[in-house]
Amino acid sequence: MSTTTMNATHSHDDHGPLKGWRRWLYSTNHKDIGTMYLIFALIMLFLGGASAMAIRAELMYPGLQLLDPDLYNNIVTNHALVMIFGAVMPAAAGLANWMIPLMIGAPDMALPRMNNLSFWILPAAALMLILSFVVPFFPGGGSQINTGWTLYPPLSLKVGMSMDFLIFTIHLLGVSSVLASINIIVTIFNMRAPGMTVWKMPMFVWAWLVTAFLLILIVPVLAGGVTMLLFDRHFGTSFFDAAGGGDPVLFQHLFWFFGHPEVYVLLLPSIGVLSQVIPAFSRKPLFGWNSMIGAMIFLASLGMVVWAHHQYTIGMSSAAVNYFMIGTILISIPVGLMKFNFIATMWRGSMTFETPMLFAISIVIMFVFGGLTGVMLAIVPADMQYHDSMFVVAHFHYVLLPGAVMALFAGVLYWLPKWTGNMYNEKLGKWFFWTSLIGFNGTFFVQHFLGLAGMPRRIVDYSIQFAEFNFISSISAFVYGLSHLIFLYLVITTIKGIGTTKAKPRSWEGAQGLEWEVESPAPFHTWEKAPKIDKEGHYVK
Amino acid sequence: MRQAAKIFSLILGVLIISGYAFAEYGLNFPAPATDIGQEIYDVHMFTMIVSTILLLIIFTIIIYSLFKFRKSKGYEADQNFHKSWFGTWSWVMVPAMVLGVDFYIAGEAQGVLDKFWNAPKQNCAREGANKDHCFDMNVKTIGHQWWWEYEFPEQGVNFNGKFYPIKVESRALDKDQTSEELYLRDVDNQLVLPVDTTIRFLNTSVDVLHAWWVPELGFKRDSIPGYIMETWATIEKEGTYRGQCAELCGTWHAKMPIVVKAVSKADFEQWIEGEKAKLLAKLQEANSNKDWTKDELMTKGEQVYNTMCAGCHQVSGLGLGAAFPALKNSPVAMGPAAEHINMVLNGKNTMPAWKQLSDIDLAAVITYERNAWGNSASVVKPADIKAAR
Repeated sequence: MSTTTMNATHSHDDHGPLKGWRRWLYSTNHKDIGTMYLIFALIMLFLGGASAMAIRAELMYPGLQLLDPDLYNNIVTNHALVMIFGAVMPAAAGLANWMIPLMIGAPDMALPRMNNLSFWILPAAALMLILSFVVPFFPGGGSQINTGWTLYPPLSLKVGMSMDFLIFTIHLLGVSSVLASINIIVTIFNMRAPGMTVWKMPMFVWAWLVTAFLLILIVPVLAGGVTMLLFDRHFGTSFFDAAGGGDPVLFQHLFWFFGHPEVYVLLLPSIGVLSQVIPAFSRKPLFGWNSMIGAMIFLASLGMVVWAHHQYTIGMSSAAVNYFMIGTILISIPVGLMKFNFIATMWRGSMTFETPMLFAISIVIMFVFGGLTGVMLAIVPADMQYHDSMFVVAHFHYVLLPGAVMALFAGVLYWLPKWTGNMYNEKLGKWFFWTSLIGFNGTFFVQHFLGLAGMPRRIVDYSIQFAEFNFISSISAFVYGLSHLIFLYLVITTIKGIGTTKAKPRSWEGAQGLEWEVESPAPFHTWEKAPKIDKEGHYVK
Repeated sequence: MRQAAKIFSLILGVLIISGYAFAEYGLNFPAPATDIGQEIYDVHMFTMIVSTILLLIIFTIIIYSLFKFRKSKGYEADQNFHKSWFGTWSWVMVPAMVLGVDFYIAGEAQGVLDKFWNAPKQNCAREGANKDHCFDMNVKTIGHQWWWEYEFPEQGVNFNGKFYPIKVESRALDKDQTSEELYLRDVDNQLVLPVDTTIRFLNTSVDVLHAWWVPELGFKRDSIPGYIMETWATIEKEGTYRGQCAELCGTWHAKMPIVVKAVSKADFEQWIEGEKAKLLAKLQEANSNKDWTKDELMTKGEQVYNTMCAGCHQVSGLGLGAAFPALKNSPVAMGPAAEHINMVLNGKNTMPAWKQLSDIDLAAVITYERNAWGNSASVVKPADIKAAR
């Protein structure tokens, strides 16, 4: 009996990662899969970033310089989809894969093979997405996707075959997200170390738990919506075609029933990251632990029932718009509470300003700003002006870039020492922070004025009166775009260990949590023996 | 702290100066031309001011804590701050305060919303109409890819307002430039509306979604095929107001400008009589059984082509990209007339159907396409179109 056990343990310890490509293709290891998610997200970030640069280059001056209008619309569509489904969601899933088992003291994700599947669907989906972009350039490829990521019919019914590629892309991405969500929920519910009750779980894990439930609830609605679109396009149904008795507005409801909660899917993991980063660099525990969890659940629930504020201009009944207006304004309660908790965590802390913390602080300020323009947009009468103007573009970039993308950068920099065993070059990190901060604000702050003055969004060419601000926006966008090369360089040098120092197991002075109890870099297998957690939620050596 | 105050006042100073410098570039809504537009403007300013105050408070607190609670100053973290009474009850206090601000804002907004959301349903001229909420006239705005069609149902007037090409430095475009200021903001036929008249706008579309937006009128409403949206406005100031399509409607979304010219009631009557006379002349022409010569058709065709077709196929006839093929030397324009007529009448893929044009216009434009830019093919007569319909 004892011999068998010993043998089993022995063989378990011995099998390291497979060699070569097999290690990655066949991987069931949460760290390797997490790494693949993150690298995939980084590649897609640069792809989406390149399309953003193309958009801003075209909009730098009035007139058509670089892109013809359909190509412009195609790029606008592609930019949104690549960034949301290719960059932000996989990056957040990568963090979840890497960190959740480490943080809750589990040896791996609960369903490792499914984990492998949910990652490897992504490259296939990305290929389909890129095909939907390039197919029109081949003979017989039909017209380009000129609908924006919202895919509103009837316009989307008129697009060529690339729309079908896109619909299947969305199906694949949906499958991948739902599988990953199931895995995360099962892992969190079943794999926690003894003593790690749900109320002691790190906030990042909580954030992902809420996100995973939200994803499972909303993704099938989008899948249903685009399937109806597919049927309208090829099988003569008329769900969305007024000429056949259908309703173009129905699609908008289905889309935004997914689309609005999706914003919180992008946002919540980042709230989780900030909840780890800010206490670590303030050297005191997160303020308002329970209210943070409550706020996240409240945000996710309320976020699911306010979708129609994206469609005020379709002419709903006055009762309906009143409801959606008040519901939307109420979103400020959970969001306000979260931001308050972050500020109160910094208050009377002992702060240092490493790059993750710099990002965290600027995120709090910029997200509050984006949230306040959100309140303005929620006001129906005023939205009659803001709707579909550049003001909206400025608003959601102020919410999604600090709220999702920059917080993910903060998380990556925060945990990079744990992943690679090397401390990144802090000077490079600060350069990245300041250039991207200045570039970002220069790009999007002026777009508020453009929107108020009457410039619609998604136009390839604009009137002379909008020229100055667009020029400022474009120049800043190039600075912002180029700043990411610093990030790329920083990540590569940290992985390779060029000009870096060795990271300690607890890489940051104030960092708390189980992930800092294992070596840096984290060994291939961690927590094979479950750690013990005391009543206070602390690790017992 | 003194240093912080210095930096802060510097930032504030730069903001104020840049505010003046940018004043001419349109930082805010254009001055509203309607009563409701003014109220919407006020609600917008109100929420913006509340938001700015909140932002400044939060910004100040964060900046203060950044300078005060830093390790480099030897500040020791208060490990029990989250357990104080403040930490215990903040989850009640913060939402209560936020809720207070929310309801304050929502209350302000709701008054305006109730006032303008429902368009008047009754004509003021009708007996027993509610005089406080009735309309004097209707205007139908119909979205097309990519122009606006306007209809005055009571007056029986109908016309198109299309993008009017103006040259801009970076793109050599077309003739008849007026001024660069109006690049992408000018139309061939302006929508003339009377002031001090309650107008009900009936908004729809024939193809994809559009949105009719003139910022000065204070509202925007999507044009949705199969729906008729109702909105209303009483314009108070005479003037020319410019807007454009606000809902992505495909390739030339950027080229759907709207120009509203608000004039006195008397001027409006005069204009509408002129429009009626134009329509009458057109009708007479269509029924005159006149035998059109090739030259006549070519002259008329060029006019129709440059307003209706040049947006995509270009004035030069060279087309644009894969979606908009060149007509110069094209197999359709040089091929049999029947196929060409079918293409224009019924459309294909991105090419819309042009059934709504008169036989004369269609014959002229098809003839033009078949004989311009060095093309040479048969002339198409109005009778051919009639037969093809």
